[in-house]
Amino acid sequence: MPSIAKPIATHPTLQRNALGLTIRDYEGSMSTLCAGCGHDSITAAIIRALWELDTQPHMVAKLSGIGCSSKTPTYFLSGAHGFNSAHGRMPAIVTGAGAADRDLLYIGVSGDGDSLSIGLGQMCHAIRRNIRMAYILENNGVYGLTKGQFSASSDIGSKSKRGEPNRMAPIDPVRLALSLGATFIARSFSGDKEQLVPILKAAFTHRGFALVDVVSPCVTFNDHEGSTKSYKHTRKNTLRATQADWVPPQSEILAQISKSGTTSVAMHDGSVVHFSTVPKDYDPTDRRKVAAYLDDQPANAVVTGLLYIDPNAPDMHELGQSSPTPLRDLAYEKLCPGSAELERMQEEFR
Amino acid sequence: MHDVLRTRVNDFAVKLANVNGTGSASANGLLMQAIFRMGIPVCGKNLFPSNIQGLPTWYEIRVNKEGYSARALDYDLMVAMNSQTYDRDIKEVRPGGYLLYDSSWPLDPDLHREDITFLGVPLAELCNQNFDDPRVRILMKNIAYAGAMVATLDIDMDVVNALLEEKFAGKKALADSNRKALLLGYQYAKDHFECPLPFRLEKMDANKDKILIDGNTATALGAIYAGCTVAAWYPITPATSVMDGFKGFCEQYRKDPETGKNNYLIIQAEDELAAIGMVLGASWNGARAFTSTAGPGLSLMNELLGFGYYAEIPAVVVDVQRVGPSTGMPTRTQQSDVMMAAYASHGDTRHILLFPANPNECFHFAVKAFDLAERFQTPVILMSDLDIGMNDWVVPRLTWDDSYKPDRGRVLNAEDLEKKIGKFQRYNQEDENFVAARTLPGVSQKGAYFTRGSGHNKFGGYTEIPDEYQEVMDRLKKKHAAAAKFIPEPEYVPREGAKFGVIAMGGCDPAVREALDQLDRQGTPADYLRIRGFPFGEVVERFLAKHDFYFVVEQSRDAQLRSLLILETAVPKEKLRSVLVYGGFPLSSRHVVQGILSQI
Repeated sequence: MPSIAKPIATHPTLQRNALGLTIRDYEGSMSTLCAGCGHDSITAAIIRALWELDTQPHMVAKLSGIGCSSKTPTYFLSGAHGFNSAHGRMPAIVTGAGAADRDLLYIGVSGDGDSLSIGLGQMCHAIRRNIRMAYILENNGVYGLTKGQFSASSDIGSKSKRGEPNRMAPIDPVRLALSLGATFIARSFSGDKEQLVPILKAAFTHRGFALVDVVSPCVTFNDHEGSTKSYKHTRKNTLRATQADWVPPQSEILAQISKSGTTSVAMHDGSVVHFSTVPKDYDPTDRRKVAAYLDDQPANAVVTGLLYIDPNAPDMHELGQSSPTPLRDLAYEKLCPGSAELERMQEEFR
Repeated sequence: MHDVLRTRVNDFAVKLANVNGTGSASANGLLMQAIFRMGIPVCGKNLFPSNIQGLPTWYEIRVNKEGYSARALDYDLMVAMNSQTYDRDIKEVRPGGYLLYDSSWPLDPDLHREDITFLGVPLAELCNQNFDDPRVRILMKNIAYAGAMVATLDIDMDVVNALLEEKFAGKKALADSNRKALLLGYQYAKDHFECPLPFRLEKMDANKDKILIDGNTATALGAIYAGCTVAAWYPITPATSVMDGFKGFCEQYRKDPETGKNNYLIIQAEDELAAIGMVLGASWNGARAFTSTAGPGLSLMNELLGFGYYAEIPAVVVDVQRVGPSTGMPTRTQQSDVMMAAYASHGDTRHILLFPANPNECFHFAVKAFDLAERFQTPVILMSDLDIGMNDWVVPRLTWDDSYKPDRGRVLNAEDLEKKIGKFQRYNQEDENFVAARTLPGVSQKGAYFTRGSGHNKFGGYTEIPDEYQEVMDRLKKKHAAAAKFIPEPEYVPREGAKFGVIAMGGCDPAVREALDQLDRQGTPADYLRIRGFPFGEVVERFLAKHDFYFVVEQSRDAQLRSLLILETAVPKEKLRSVLVYGGFPLSSRHVVQGILSQI
């Protein structure tokens, strides 16, 4: 991924956030993806969400695997450390990085090949450990960099560019995550910024594993007639289950379902996510009801929204009872028992 | 005549043949520990199956007042507790030796040997008469044969009693039944045999500054002293006890007195692909992190070891080698991961390896591994093996220098970055060891860079330009070579009149040393070099220029250390001959002496 630097000139009237930064400060180098690629829209949404959240760029670590989607961390937040790992291995790298420093915001970007084939095991186990990260799955149903093979998220009957239909059932990351006990599950569409930005803001605030599956059409290999991950097909079949709205930290707001059908969920940092649910009585905090709702939708429906959330489940560090100070910051003196103790404890080895 | 007939003090070997899963390990360990506490040089080797219950297992105890601690293949006493293996166990007793068996059942007359003495102890009968619980009867049979051995070998009963007391402190019922069983065997032997046998024990004072420890425990302790806070692993024999040990020490030393929280995090990964990924992630983010594994796990880790090498991320991997290829023999020992470890992963890669020879070195090399990994920003593999890792060794007490400070390598902090003019360039401005400074996430925007396994130039940017790619690759090669000065020097043991050299690494050391003494006595003196790490340094090169030929003693079919020497030093390959013992059991001096004499 050759990187092309963007000019740093900014317009004086550009709006600044609480840190005094403009949205340009959250950008990365120029994208080298195909013109019109859905991934670039997701990158733009990530940039906006981070800017709106007043995120300090250096407090973010952005990681990815291999594939078109995994190139994108270079295209946003050049002030953050990036890590373009090996194919399907990003979750393990984030797990280790998160183990070392629990205070950073970890953004993992992956694709359907990276997540649902070669890295399926790692993604599942990152969910199981409730690693604190936003896991953005840029889902286009196709292997782009190797030129058009079906991926594990290709729908039955979806046609390749050459007209060949896919015959195997897809792996649906949302259903998978729901069954694995993920604590934050969302799906959106790269073409729907209005929905995606608040979802990303909630995901970045979530203290645990936040899966954001984003249908992101591949304009070169999977945007034709007969594809079920094309712009046209996705626009036509999107079914909004919820519209999330992220509200900055406030005090004393608890999760509740109001009579009007709006749900408010308090996040760990005191911020609140409001759900205006389109279907009546949709409850994003009830795993069983969410599963039942998904079951009831037509086969070709692309159900979107922040579909499930449990903001209070313990993450890896809480499960491991580990130090509130990041492990990497503990002084060596605290970690080494010293010579006298070595002398003493060796009596047990006699 | 058979020299066993002469009285021998503190110089004999015992082999115990058991069925695994019946509790024999604690009885055998008790005997070994009792001899150790009597101040006598002793070594114990557990030759066990890859199984939980029901298969043959052996334990060997060699006592040697000179301190030789390799396996002895001549058994003066066989404790035959497994009727499935009577046949071969009886054959292994040296002429004039003894065989102790459970005479509750008659021995097949076909198995009789005229040249050895059979000592029948009705162990099952004794235990059935004295204990009610069927499980206890089986367990106590082991302690009963230990009791018979206390009598026949003159093991100090006070020492054994003290050990039982420590072991069962607060568990009176258990302590009582163990003592009772011990006395049953002891008294029966005293009443029926001439005790002690012609080979016996006598107190010495050789172990005052020694401990009895296995290599995996010592490795884990090294990780604690190195200040490691993150560990990720996948269970695998024979490496599992490294992490068991680490967890135990963490519970003991790493619970924060102020917060009550854990100053460590151990992650049981879904596989070794993930385990090494977690270690790289944590190290990239500034924690000291390690994983422990064996050959099959190291195979899986190849991919990300190459990543760590190319992207220059520290990682410590403990490889407790076992018999390969494939699943091989998980509970048997070998040194057959050397070539894979040296060049792990596709592309041009080379790694730093450390070869500890015993648990004492496991402790110190584990610490060294973290220092090297961070100084050179690269994976370091500690090449232990099952023999070192899982057997109890008598080694000098571990010592610690409180002035030790971890070598965290070149890491720029916020202040450094603030002073920096211009953009931080990850792989530029290397030091005299060809190491460039790195930065950690979460410190400063000025230190931000992109870590990647794809082609990159010295600025850290993506590249497909041949010169830019090669510039980084060439520096990496020089960096690896520069590490030679920092790895533990080989141990060089010269000998007057030596006509050739012998080279070994790791757990071959005790057998080679003993063999070299024997060869010297026979008029064939040889110089010895024990290699303790890779890349090889000056000392290795000089040694290889000294003689016309050398023997490389190692535990692999394909002579992997020899191969590495041929590839990485100037030595012509015809100068290196091999002595190879790779069936899975630790070697003895006899293998080495015969292997050398048959080739000169």
